Amino acid sequence: MLQVQVSSSISQALDGATTIALNAQTVSELMSKLSERYPRMQRQLDEGIAVSINGQIYRDNWQVAIPADAEVYLLPRIPGG
Amino acid sequence: MAHDTSYTDQKFNVIGSRVSRPDGVDKVTGRARYGADATAPGQLVGLILRSPHAHAKIKKIDTSKAEKLAGVKAVVTSADLPDLTGGDRSMLDILENSMARDRALYDGHAVAAVAAIDRATAKKALKLIKVTYQVLPHVTDVDEAMKPGAPIVQPHIRTPGDKSDQPSNVSGVVPFGHGDIDAGFAEADVIVEKSYKTEQTHQGYIEPHACMASVSSDGSGELWVTTQGHFSFRNVCSTLLGMDVAKLKVTSSEIGGGFGGKTHVWMEPVALCLSRKANRPVKVVMSREEVFRASGPTSSTSMDIKIGAKKDGTITAASAQLRYQGGAFPGIWGMLGAMTSFACYDIKNVKTVGYDVLVNRPKVAAYRAPSAPMAAFGVESTMDLVAAEIGMNAIDFRLKNAASEGSKASYGPTYGPIGIKPTLEAVKNHPHMKAKLKKNQGRGMACGFWFNFGGQTCTDLNIGIDGTVSLTVGTVDVGGSRASMSLIAAEELGISYEQVKTHIGDTASLGHNDTTEGSRGTFSSGMATIFAARDAIEVLKQRAALMWEIPVADVVWEAGSALAVGAAHGNLTPLSLADIARKSPTTGGPIAGHNEVVADNAGVSFASHICDIEVDPETGGTKVIRYTVVQDAGKAIHPDYVEGQFQGGAAQGIGWALNEEYIYGEDGRLQNPGFLDYRIPVCSDLPFIDTKILEIPNPNHPYGVRGVGETSIVPPLAAIGNALSNAAGVRMDHVPMSPPRILKALEALN
Repeated sequence: MLQVQVSSSISQALDGATTIALNAQTVSELMSKLSERYPRMQRQLDEGIAVSINGQIYRDNWQVAIPADAEVYLLPRIPGG
Repeated sequence: MAHDTSYTDQKFNVIGSRVSRPDGVDKVTGRARYGADATAPGQLVGLILRSPHAHAKIKKIDTSKAEKLAGVKAVVTSADLPDLTGGDRSMLDILENSMARDRALYDGHAVAAVAAIDRATAKKALKLIKVTYQVLPHVTDVDEAMKPGAPIVQPHIRTPGDKSDQPSNVSGVVPFGHGDIDAGFAEADVIVEKSYKTEQTHQGYIEPHACMASVSSDGSGELWVTTQGHFSFRNVCSTLLGMDVAKLKVTSSEIGGGFGGKTHVWMEPVALCLSRKANRPVKVVMSREEVFRASGPTSSTSMDIKIGAKKDGTITAASAQLRYQGGAFPGIWGMLGAMTSFACYDIKNVKTVGYDVLVNRPKVAAYRAPSAPMAAFGVESTMDLVAAEIGMNAIDFRLKNAASEGSKASYGPTYGPIGIKPTLEAVKNHPHMKAKLKKNQGRGMACGFWFNFGGQTCTDLNIGIDGTVSLTVGTVDVGGSRASMSLIAAEELGISYEQVKTHIGDTASLGHNDTTEGSRGTFSSGMATIFAARDAIEVLKQRAALMWEIPVADVVWEAGSALAVGAAHGNLTPLSLADIARKSPTTGGPIAGHNEVVADNAGVSFASHICDIEVDPETGGTKVIRYTVVQDAGKAIHPDYVEGQFQGGAAQGIGWALNEEYIYGEDGRLQNPGFLDYRIPVCSDLPFIDTKILEIPNPNHPYGVRGVGETSIVPPLAAIGNALSNAAGVRMDHVPMSPPRILKALEALN
């Protein structure tokens, strides 16, 4: 079971939860399960989100696999200059 | 086909060489075509009427006299730009920023526009447009905007978490951190708390915003524009104008600087709207005054920083409250400040809160590592104060607390391999640190962090009949990426740099490419170029096999030629890329490679800077006398350009630290919208900026590349502030540290 940690700006859409336990083998599956469990999450997904898996930040690649014991952290999508 | 993006420690032939820049001749001879250089038959001149008020209700706009003026072909207001955003508030904000709807939200906000046969007629038409305003109270200071009773900029905004349902100027409150900061501060032997302010600055790109829009009566259109991201401009403009994405072709011009300011859409929807209404091409070029008043500068900020440490130098707790104004529209600038502020350090107990605040100023835009330089100014200044309190060398104090692989970042995740410690060690051992200083001179150093990104990327590589190579990428070249892409293609194909020509493709030529931001151009298009070249090599091997009539499995590619391997083929002469290309019409047609990739995993970036400064205690005048940048590039594809990025960031940071400042009058109007009164540094203001490139490979790029474009602007404000403090004996807490502020601080000290 993954322990998905959530930054504060996203936790508002997850009813205040800062850690969520769920099973997901890919980022796509993770997002799908999150929006299913927390419908308000869909807006966050539409606006963009980043996922840190073991410290590596993914913004767009939802096909990436999540290792079973990975540290997973949801972050807002960050722009650059 | 998915490719392995892992670093492979490949040995290079041309990567890392300092070849001539491919755009150099055109730029110095005037042949390069920038945003304002487009022409089209029947083109009109578009001009925009802007609000003279910081905040006003638009009661009525009478365009009738302008419309009747001979030579005027179109006049538009917000009525011509209906809301087609389908409830997407962020898109509606972009639309409202490009043309005010019921209220003008800042001095310079567009309220109407005209297209006419020439500039004189367009200017005359603007004067004939009568706008009836009801002036409203305004607020331009970030702290004032947060106070109860402040004029409300956007009535629909509520402070997150506030249950009162009252309109507010605080559009975001975003905390980050971990641990128990109260317990951490209780453990500290020394605690330093200090507040800081930074004023608003502009990216200062020399080329103003400019575009040529042409919309046909059949609903298709073209946009030539100076931009960092023509694909995202296409998506935004087509949404706002109700056009099909595929029917709007956007071409990025040569770009005269962007630094984040050209990642946002400004007057382009208006230009398209004018063209559609006039049924003629329309060119809109902002004046410098318009660039300052109505494009996006960075935030002004105020912040409170608190750091506690033990006498041995271990930081036990740190906190930051960071207030960033975003102009008249919500942003995420405070959030970014909160994420980046303590990212250089491994701190057990840390809490940061970013506040995004609305004021009556232009919409804030990204500026090179957006929000990080201001937070670094507060944090790195306080780091020096703590080091002094515990009697520790400033570099050793930072080294003791520097983050490393396995550290939990202050914004959440655990770091992989990172380069902050190597930059600090390089600074510590640099000859600059040992050089003697004279009277009234001081030395300071500071660290900086930025995330870096990759993103969606699409690249085509086509081999010409003569064996030369045309490479088309979709990331706008803002910092020399065409040279780097040519080097990468040459490296993979085993040919010379001169045999490759790299072009920036328009939106009709390639699949979507994300904007050139987040230091992503060389990282992501470089990755796509590697894979496109490798695809082309597979085709070249097949063609060689056909020419030799042997199995393709018996063909390898080495040093730019196909070789037949195996005892049975020992007499076959190698076929060069040019040999195979020449025969391509009869061996299957054109030879090409292609790649689309989501180039994630760009790897975070760190830098450490050293600055020597001299202060004139009588005038408060300053002179930066020596400056050194140390930064991790992963792998420097073209070292000249990497050094240029390091130097450019430092130069912009020096201007930001010492001079640049948006100055608003009590009437809420910008007082200095021009380079005469808003002074960016020129060559005579700057020393030679020395650089040291560290190459700690990014494990997630075949060549080990990390982005290098942004991090170099993060440390300068603090490095200069620390140097000034050591030179003048007074801690500066307000950027820019201009002569009047330095004199005031010296007077207070005395």
